[in-house]
Amino acid sequence: MYAYDSFDRDFVAQRVDQFREQVGRRLAGELTEDEFKPLRLTNGLYLQLHAYMLRVAVPYGVLSSRQLRKLAHIGRRYDRGYGHFTTRQNIQFNWVKLEDAPDILAELAEVEMHALQTSGNCIRNTTADQYSGVAADEIEDPRPYAELIRQWSSLHPEFTFLPRKFKIAITGSPNDRAAVKVHDVGLRMLRNEAGEVGFEVIVGGGLGRTPMIGKVIRQFLPKEHLLSYLEAVMRVYNQAGRRDNLYKARIKILVHEIGAEEMTRRVEAEWALIRDGVLKVPAETIADLKGYFALPDYAPATDRPAVLSAAIFENKDFARWHQAQVARHRVPGYAIVNISLKPAGGIPGDVTSDEIDAIADLAERFSLAELRVTHAQNLVFPHVRQDALPELWAALNDLGLATPNLDQIGDIIACPGLDYCALANARSIPVAQAVSARFADLARAHDVGELQVKISGCINACGHHHVGHIGILGVDKKGEEFYQITLGGSAALDASVGQIIGPAVAADQVADAVETLVETYVGLRQPGERFLDTYRRVGAAPFKETLYAAH
Amino acid sequence: MPLIDTSGEALSDPWRQLADDEALPGDDAPILVTYDRWFAEQETLSRRNAPLGLTITNTQAVERLNGDVNRFDLIALNFPKFSDGRAYSQARLLRERLGYKGGLRATGNVLLDQLLFMLRSGFDQFDTAKPVSAEAFRRNVGRFTAFYQPAADGTEPVFRRRLHGEG
Amino acid sequence: MSLKVATANRLTDGRVVFLGEQSRWQEKIADAVAAEGSAADDLMKTADYHVATAVVVGAYLIDVTTGPGGIVPSALKERIRAFGPTVM
Repeated sequence: MYAYDSFDRDFVAQRVDQFREQVGRRLAGELTEDEFKPLRLTNGLYLQLHAYMLRVAVPYGVLSSRQLRKLAHIGRRYDRGYGHFTTRQNIQFNWVKLEDAPDILAELAEVEMHALQTSGNCIRNTTADQYSGVAADEIEDPRPYAELIRQWSSLHPEFTFLPRKFKIAITGSPNDRAAVKVHDVGLRMLRNEAGEVGFEVIVGGGLGRTPMIGKVIRQFLPKEHLLSYLEAVMRVYNQAGRRDNLYKARIKILVHEIGAEEMTRRVEAEWALIRDGVLKVPAETIADLKGYFALPDYAPATDRPAVLSAAIFENKDFARWHQAQVARHRVPGYAIVNISLKPAGGIPGDVTSDEIDAIADLAERFSLAELRVTHAQNLVFPHVRQDALPELWAALNDLGLATPNLDQIGDIIACPGLDYCALANARSIPVAQAVSARFADLARAHDVGELQVKISGCINACGHHHVGHIGILGVDKKGEEFYQITLGGSAALDASVGQIIGPAVAADQVADAVETLVETYVGLRQPGERFLDTYRRVGAAPFKETLYAAH
Repeated sequence: MPLIDTSGEALSDPWRQLADDEALPGDDAPILVTYDRWFAEQETLSRRNAPLGLTITNTQAVERLNGDVNRFDLIALNFPKFSDGRAYSQARLLRERLGYKGGLRATGNVLLDQLLFMLRSGFDQFDTAKPVSAEAFRRNVGRFTAFYQPAADGTEPVFRRRLHGEG
Repeated sequence: MSLKVATANRLTDGRVVFLGEQSRWQEKIADAVAAEGSAADDLMKTADYHVATAVVVGAYLIDVTTGPGGIVPSALKERIRAFGPTVM
């Protein structure tokens, strides 16, 4: 993974100094909240329902065990002993104090971490495929480019006061696990006819009030032009994005209003003037970055070793976990392990400091001290030997982190909702818990198969409900919490926005409603069809009928 | 209000904004005219043998100035709210695209914490909304010793400095 | 006329606070002053002053009812704010 050099270390140290001074001026009353707010947001510090919330950046979702231990420590020392992994691969602490924030940032800097630009109207954390570098289906590892973007976008003087937030995602695999179609800019790595690897550039995707699928504005962008092209996109957006209405200020609205063709024309025109300037990325720079992310020197390991086959045969629980959670690694004898942070009835994405420490230990033992955060609020161990899988499973099982529910109904994405968030209309966590508890039976959940349930507590859609196979949106109906259900959303390359299927249901009816929908699917499905496939085949009518006829 | 330069020191300000319907002064006092007035009265204004400045709002296209940009001794750009960052792009385009060499003034809601961004974007005068001490100015703009991205200030970005073996 | 309480977040630590007796900010809503009409406006004036003097941030009035359970905010969001997350 990336390692700071003296430039990076100086930068975060100077940044901490800067924020320490800004906090001092705020506490002394020299800055009003209006003046201070963008400054603290640029350091990831929100004022939330109960307290300040600090959103720590986890660049493209990669963490070392050393960093994890520091996060556990921060949770203990400055917070209430737990953290929350988000849908943009970051981690949040919900109870920090403003007066502690500079010290927290200083501690993060010790392990090459920061909270820069995880909030505010600036370029946010660039997210990437959680299997980057080790996926069997990868064209190329996107992380060097995510790191390139991270640096270029850090305190960019021209783009720190954009019309609105700006989110970039990048995938190196044709099986997009980074949801590139619903980001402000999505980058999909691909090969051109000459066999060279470059980027397809997708602009104007996003969720929230007006969900939109991004449009391809360039089919192939050579690597050396990545930064100049992004600069062109940002410059067009900075100048032309709407500033009159907070809810119409994202780039997706601009693309929608002027059209993809005009957007392309403007970006390409600007880019033509800067493409061969200082932002052209030298091959050496790319090579250097790639060096940080090179595949580790794996000790040789046997593919499908006997100890693994034996464990699958002998232990039903292990077999189920192996089938659900283990993904194919590009190196024979190795495996990618998904760790579920979604125990039945639990809070999606929440981990205690003790759990974080335990995970750090396991990462060291089993994954060369490295792990990943996924945008589905789970974790990944990318470097696990297949012959160590039974042992790893046993350890995870002891910790309650071996729920075999990846992409199944129990693997719910949920925003913090009204329990934590000042923007929310309704709670999302209790709904997630209720649905998860209803489908706690592993055999049943396995039979239902792939079903992505995503829950948002308000229209800002931080729970990504628009792209849930079943999406649940909390709304406020005369002071009561109600939940609107959408079906058929998808965050994959065949991205689609879910369709509302009827009137919102009361909080205590959501689990019933989901169960009805699941039963409807099970009754209608053809062999091999996931929930999403059946829905796309039969449409909303059968689901509407069963869901609303019963009431 | 207090106008300061790139060292944070107070700048005297001989410039006056001429209203669109105001006649040109007979003397050679430095005057700022609006963007619209420049395009409407280019001939007359060009013939005036005195320092000329231009005020551009943050929605007007600086590219339209083209090769005429160095007729001006001063261009003033505006930040209606400090959170409205359009003038950063305008400033960079003026400096880097059009090769503007004159004074570039930031006006409007110009606050201490944005001065470094403004400096890097090419501004060299700051009409600050609140008094800023020279010491606070220098501490703020001098805080970072390296920058990750190129801007109008000509600083070599970190990724290029690394090629020389730095870091 | 409805009963109001002034609430805000304390600047230093972000904690939810309620304006109580003698213009002191309290962490428990039970210790808040509930008022109506112009008395509620006065609460807000005090709160605004504390915003301007960097004591609290984001002050506003909330509707409350009083009863055997003490002071209870009318809105769900404010109840969660006053009594904590419903999930822990």
